[in-house]
Amino acid sequence: MRELRGLYIIWYRDLLRFWRNKGRLLSSFIMPLLFLVIFGSGIASSMTGLTGGGVNFNYIEFMFPGIIGMVVLMAAIMSGVSIVWDREFGFLKEVMVAPMSRTTVAIGRTLGGATIATIQGVLMLVFIPFVHISVSIGQVLLILPLMFIMAFALTAMGILIASRIKSMETFQVIMQLLLFPMIFISPAMFPTEFLPSWLNAAVKINPVSYAIDSLRQALTTPPPGMPGFGMSLFGHPMSIVEDIAVVALFALIMVSLAVWSFGRQE
Amino acid sequence: MGKIIEVEHLVKKFGDLVAVDDVSFGVEEGEIFGFLGPNGAGKTTTINILCTLMRPTSGRALLNGFDVVRQQNQIRHSIGVVFQDPSLDIVLTGVQNLYIHAYAYGVPASVRKQRIEEVLRLVGLWDVRNKTVREYSGGMRRRLEIARGFLHFPKVLFLDEPSLGLDPQTRYAIWDYLLNARKREGITMFLTTHYMDEATVADRIAIIDYGKIVALDTPEALKRMVGGDIITLKTGNVDVAIAEIHDRFGIDAQRDSEGVFFEVPNGEQFIPLLVNNFKTEIHSLSLRRPTLDDVFLKLTGHEIRDEAGGDTAMRRQWAMRTARSRGGGMSH
Repeated sequence: MRELRGLYIIWYRDLLRFWRNKGRLLSSFIMPLLFLVIFGSGIASSMTGLTGGGVNFNYIEFMFPGIIGMVVLMAAIMSGVSIVWDREFGFLKEVMVAPMSRTTVAIGRTLGGATIATIQGVLMLVFIPFVHISVSIGQVLLILPLMFIMAFALTAMGILIASRIKSMETFQVIMQLLLFPMIFISPAMFPTEFLPSWLNAAVKINPVSYAIDSLRQALTTPPPGMPGFGMSLFGHPMSIVEDIAVVALFALIMVSLAVWSFGRQE
Repeated sequence: MGKIIEVEHLVKKFGDLVAVDDVSFGVEEGEIFGFLGPNGAGKTTTINILCTLMRPTSGRALLNGFDVVRQQNQIRHSIGVVFQDPSLDIVLTGVQNLYIHAYAYGVPASVRKQRIEEVLRLVGLWDVRNKTVREYSGGMRRRLEIARGFLHFPKVLFLDEPSLGLDPQTRYAIWDYLLNARKREGITMFLTTHYMDEATVADRIAIIDYGKIVALDTPEALKRMVGGDIITLKTGNVDVAIAEIHDRFGIDAQRDSEGVFFEVPNGEQFIPLLVNNFKTEIHSLSLRRPTLDDVFLKLTGHEIRDEAGGDTAMRRQWAMRTARSRGGGMSH
């Protein structure tokens, strides 16, 4: 009971902070908007030129689930590592003497971050009219748990990192070394089957790839005669269930490590 | 009333540095217990051990009958802590900070709202309760932290340098609140400070220096260790006054910037004797009780605020701070 109470209040605080920080909410729209409008249109028009319009491939439609994935990833990791800020501003001490276990604190934070990242992902759906795709209510309901599992795993990863690093400088470096590769070495922005094999191998090691592939499978149907639209592993095309299984396994590993690491510090 | 805190042979080392060096003491229930000493003496380290943020290297500490190493959850339920460094969520409002605390500590929903209003009024923050803490001044933040500390009516309230960086007026106001709260709730308070006047609110004081307790008694008893009252006399002719005091009372007075001063066992009875038939002209005469500053100086041989001069003390303090922020061997 006491631990449940702790879990709830830690989660609640995260949401309260998110709600009060509307600037962050607004700024979370800017990057995806830039990607969709400028990057997306640019690539799409040059692709049409290159393929001579022969293949009916809508790049913006391809990219959109990737953008959602990118937003969820960034929100989740940022939320996880915000423990660094709590340490910096001293609030972490208040949490550490509160009557709840370290495990509760770590899991509460993970749930809070995952919730926030999912909300941010959902907010990306306002761009649907601009990307000219049709999405049913069923599809929206399907991507909710997909986003949540992905966000849960990545928030936990953020907490794991935050509990290991002590200075803000290290934190900046790690973010640069982690955030962008995780997004760009994945099928978020481009089909990966045509990549050089070393890069393709990296894509397959990156768990975020499967999360994005699951979102793409839920939101779009691959155009006929378009190989390499989705992820495959050892020549086997991944089904959405298999994608989810990979992400869930990743989430389990990350949350275990986060709980362990968070419990050991201070 | 029994002992609510019992500490036996407590030791905490950070590498070579012995921050807390074989410390033993007990705190009675309902008492205000003060730790007085310069920065780096081991006050915060002791508090961190007692509130489960650090594990002791050796020794034993019980709080409310619970062991600080093995029964952390029970301890955390029994205490409130006002940390030396800020510990508020500055993105949230004052009332939100308190709500989260009340919820986490299981203050029943039926009294939560009323209790929050009560403590906010007590520390004079009710009018700004819906402002973000970022907008609060330093004094307001401190008051909010103190309100939060006793929001859940802990058995023991730890106050680590509660008035650090506060102006005297705010300091008095806060102590007013705290003493009131103690009267009403019977909270035991464990206070650390390096302000002498703040230490005098304590029922008993442990003077701590370089990790060791050098004296532990009531403020009055500690002051009696100095000897007597200090009389300062201003006169136009210092040498003649010194000679006359020596001839008549056998006391060796000393000169300082203000005039002449000397120590006597009972100042009030001595002053009439002195003034009666004193040949040298007296401009003014003052009687001063010994302060804890005098006690500290007598016991340790150095002044409590002698921080800039005390190079080893500085290094010691620095080493402890870095060890703390690295989380030197803390617990789960």
